Amino acid sequence: MLMLFEQLLNGLQYSALLFLLAAGLTLVFGIMNVINLTHGSFYMVGAFCAAAAVAKTGSFLAAVLAALVGAGLYGLVVELLVIRHLYRRDHLDQVLATLGLALFTDELVSILFGRSPPFMSIPSALAGSVHVLPGLAYPVMRLAFIVAGALVAVGLWWLISRTRVGMLVRAGADDGEMVDALGVNVQRLFTLIFSLGALLCGFAGVMAAPLLAVQIGMGERILITTFVVIVVGGVGSVRGALVGSLLIGMTDALGRAFIPTLTSMVLPPQLSDPLSASLVSASIYILMAIVLLFKPRGLVPARH
Amino acid sequence: MKNHALHRIAAALLLALAGSGPALAQTQKPVKIGFIGTLSTPAGYIGEDEHDAFMLAVKEGGGKLGGVPVDVVVEDDGLKPANAKQIADKMVQDGIRLFTGITFSNVMAAVGPTVLNAGGFYVSLNSGPSNYAGKACNKNFFSVAFENDSYSDTAGDVANELGIKKMVVMAPNYQAGRDAVTGFKSAYKGQIIDEIYTKLDQSDFSVELARVRSLAPDAIFQFHPGGAGINLAKQFANSGLSDKIKMITPIYSMDDRMLAASGAAAKGYYLSSLWSADLPNDQNKHFVQAFEQAYHRIPTAYAAQAYDTANLIASALKAVGGDVTGRADAFRAALLKADFPTVRGHFKFAANHYPIQDWYLLHIEDDGTGKLVYKNVKVIARDHVDPYVSQCKM
Repeated sequence: MLMLFEQLLNGLQYSALLFLLAAGLTLVFGIMNVINLTHGSFYMVGAFCAAAAVAKTGSFLAAVLAALVGAGLYGLVVELLVIRHLYRRDHLDQVLATLGLALFTDELVSILFGRSPPFMSIPSALAGSVHVLPGLAYPVMRLAFIVAGALVAVGLWWLISRTRVGMLVRAGADDGEMVDALGVNVQRLFTLIFSLGALLCGFAGVMAAPLLAVQIGMGERILITTFVVIVVGGVGSVRGALVGSLLIGMTDALGRAFIPTLTSMVLPPQLSDPLSASLVSASIYILMAIVLLFKPRGLVPARH
Repeated sequence: MKNHALHRIAAALLLALAGSGPALAQTQKPVKIGFIGTLSTPAGYIGEDEHDAFMLAVKEGGGKLGGVPVDVVVEDDGLKPANAKQIADKMVQDGIRLFTGITFSNVMAAVGPTVLNAGGFYVSLNSGPSNYAGKACNKNFFSVAFENDSYSDTAGDVANELGIKKMVVMAPNYQAGRDAVTGFKSAYKGQIIDEIYTKLDQSDFSVELARVRSLAPDAIFQFHPGGAGINLAKQFANSGLSDKIKMITPIYSMDDRMLAASGAAAKGYYLSSLWSADLPNDQNKHFVQAFEQAYHRIPTAYAAQAYDTANLIASALKAVGGDVTGRADAFRAALLKADFPTVRGHFKFAANHYPIQDWYLLHIEDDGTGKLVYKNVKVIARDHVDPYVSQCKM
């Protein structure tokens, strides 16, 4: 029972990471209609900036600031120089250009920071574990990650449903051309959304850096899963990104936790072993296939 | 016409002179060495270390290996076997017959046939697939590093040495990961209470660590090179398990760069390794010092292997005066003799052209100043040979 609870927390923490990445990606894809394979690079840039800031100052707050500024600014530059010219192009052009940018960013980061993965420790305030239940100690850093994810979700909800910018974002997701026709500066809105997405990636980067390896290519690895999240959740909808993140995060965590035990109960080890390993790897894709079968536009699609 | 004939005579004279003495060696055409390495991708730091160490040996020889001028042609395979094969095809077409550089066994599998079928030599500085050690052994394939089973079966010896009764083994679900588990099991004498297979691209191990917690083993054997191993180390320490459970890995799952990125999380790791920076021999002292001076970082085991590879090639080039293709048999015999100064103290080839060498138990400790270092505890396997050598008929 304690084990189940611990695995649920692990799933929540993974979901929080996925949500931070997916929220921006889904807006860019849904509103600007741009497939952005550079999205994962902002996560990497954030993590590297954070590690560099900690190495210089030793302060986690400085790291958060560096990650937000670094990733946000880089997002802004990328939008102004490249993405801006891709809105009206077809998806293949966008994929080619943003994939190229992702590779470019990898090289840029390795030139600036070197090939060795830098070290970033857990800030002392978030080190160690606390007892969340009697008999279950859970790392504070992971709890903080979950809380940060929840706070961002609330913040985004407020931004999107309670502010003028949010209203435009919602309108843009529903019908971009109409918003444009009404005289709203859509260009500026797009730049804002894109930078906000990059900023959230940077935040994910600084939160993940103490727990994960800060390394070249870390963004590409998680980007595929992030795309699965927004497809499951429904492209263009932040609420969809939240639902998708929770579903994918939980499926992945619980699958890794319990599929091997369950299959070994019913099957002999030489069969259950490879089967469970493949099932674990495929679990989120199976989930995506099922969702697409019944809800081709995702669970919580933006209205069109 | 007369001029033409004169030219020919002059050229013939020059050639004869070049062959006859080292005094005119500078006119010799450099021997091209194809270095196909993984220099990009997250694993790029491994290729970088190997390349830097190899080039250090070339630099020390003033652009020569064993007194023979060499031209190292470097290409990045991007960890893609298909890429590497194309590069190798091109290099073979350009007349290159001496190759090294490959880190990963799947890349090796793609490049091996191209090089060996063309009659070329492959001298491996890292990748050591089991097929070339056994049934598919080849007279022109030499491994200066290890056979893939060796780093994990010696980790099994480490577990035995530490008296571990209950183990959990953990490895990514792909060929090298499963091989590591098989290798470990072949030597470990205690009980394995569970085998956990992780996803190849996994970065979060909280789920697996929760399972480990409930299994409560004495130690974990794991094989996660590169970023995954850093992730695992950080999260293992953060979960509080590292106080109760020992961690045993090959050096390649906690190399020096990974150690720098893992910090205190890697303290207490037990490792099996074919080399450590504190090995007390002159060549090693020279290497560690020269590498640090040239690149301002401590060399990894990968770098040590690459340096040895370069010096082995140097010894063989010297024996044939750089004529790799014309005197292929003599070149091969010279490689097999392994008459070179090694950072490992002593080094010999077994019948399958894989190493006979000592493996060590290392322990990651505080050196007293707060810096983590690998302490060479003892020899865990003396003159260790891989299990495939008996299958090799050369």
